Amino acid sequence: MSGSAPLARLLAGPPLAAGAESFTAHQARLGPLPAIDGAVLISVLESSGLTGRGGAGFPVGRKWRTVAHAAGDWPVVLVNGAEGEPLSAKDRALMVTRPHLVLDGALLAAEAVGAGQIVLYVGEAHAAARAAIGRAVLERGPRVSRRVRLVAAPDRYVAGEESAAVHFIDTGDARPTAVPPRPFERGIGGRPTLVQNVESLAHVALIARYGDGWYRGAGSSGAPGTALVSTSGRDGRTTVHEIEFGETIGSVAGRLGTMADGIQAVLVGGYFGGWIDGRSAGSMPLEPAGLRQAGASFGCGVLSFLGREACGVQAAAQVMAYMAAESAAQCGPCVFGLRAVADATARLAAGVAQADDLAHLERWTGQIRGRGACRHPDGAVNHLASAMRVFGDEFARHQARRGCTADGREVRAS
Amino acid sequence: MSDRDRLGLQVDRIRCDGAGLCAELLPELISLDDWGYPILAPDAVPGHLRPLARQAVDACPVLALRLVPRPAPVEAS
Repeated sequence: MSGSAPLARLLAGPPLAAGAESFTAHQARLGPLPAIDGAVLISVLESSGLTGRGGAGFPVGRKWRTVAHAAGDWPVVLVNGAEGEPLSAKDRALMVTRPHLVLDGALLAAEAVGAGQIVLYVGEAHAAARAAIGRAVLERGPRVSRRVRLVAAPDRYVAGEESAAVHFIDTGDARPTAVPPRPFERGIGGRPTLVQNVESLAHVALIARYGDGWYRGAGSSGAPGTALVSTSGRDGRTTVHEIEFGETIGSVAGRLGTMADGIQAVLVGGYFGGWIDGRSAGSMPLEPAGLRQAGASFGCGVLSFLGREACGVQAAAQVMAYMAAESAAQCGPCVFGLRAVADATARLAAGVAQADDLAHLERWTGQIRGRGACRHPDGAVNHLASAMRVFGDEFARHQARRGCTADGREVRAS
Repeated sequence: MSDRDRLGLQVDRIRCDGAGLCAELLPELISLDDWGYPILAPDAVPGHLRPLARQAVDACPVLALRLVPRPAPVEAS
């Protein structure tokens, strides 16, 4: 892979800076939406190995099969473009530049699971993405546009969680609900609902045209295909790239040039993910199974590089403050647990730790995990656990109030 | 005890407001976290604790605690 130009599938075609590819240009480049039998497409997706790109990585074909066979009313397809993860930008980049790939995937999904209605659920903060996909729907004409609803997702971290999305579309309340039933059993209006991330659907648009063998022609045997990643670093800019699964973090860093040197650690998978030490990150392949073993997760494809001059404890404190504030404030362990975790981490970061702060964090991480209606508290404490592992020495120094050793400098508490 | 008769405890985390009666009635299977919310033992409820488990379920002021057939619902996402 190194040396050659990176493989572009979702991001192939006209320059991304040109904005949304029109329906005419999309059809001229890729041909019309293939007429493929729904049951056949589901089998093709299963053998392609395509996984969901919203964060959980659930196999797409298996999810579609479950919804297609769900008892009861006509299903609904919920296209998830909420993208509430602060470090992710790939979903809106896709909607802004390749909206027709997403729509193709949504229409194929509706056909395969027998859905009439398609709901596009796009973050209210992502105005350009909503405008682009809204225009794309109109370009398809009334036969498509009358089945599609565009709903603005509230600008909250949990609003993209699938039960929260269904809840918001039904009632205007974007808080997760107790599961089961899960959306694929009982979702929008009580109907079985296929909730699928926009990137997953864009991959489907290509797999339906070129087949599962083609999809497997990229990536590694354990994790076939390509994925979009959002990278960010010291300069605070977020950029979107397409990678092959199996490409190393070092190779992605190399594409960014300035970030290749001086990496202390990499946050993989976003706020729901985990930290990987800079020394092992370079050779670490971007592959869900390996990343899980390393205490991170591929998640929604976030790679955030922390420079050596930065402090891992402060980075973790910032994320914990955010996660506590973004709790849907429904479940006790999440409301009170994440608040306590955020406060203790903030004291550690500021150099004013109380005697047991670090010991409490260890204890609370275990207590909170698995005890919310949704996985928001799990994501937060998994992130913290990885930070305490990767920045363990730094946490210990902060607990002992011996200052901060980032980049060899002694930074006194302000 | 046949597989069909296995029962486990389940709590609706959204309803639960941490009254803590369940942990008082059934400390063998329910403890409280540092904020007073129940931590449930993952195991099935053994036969001799069934009556206490039913009492704990009935005592919950917000009806958040349930006895449900085991094994627990299949995980999916």
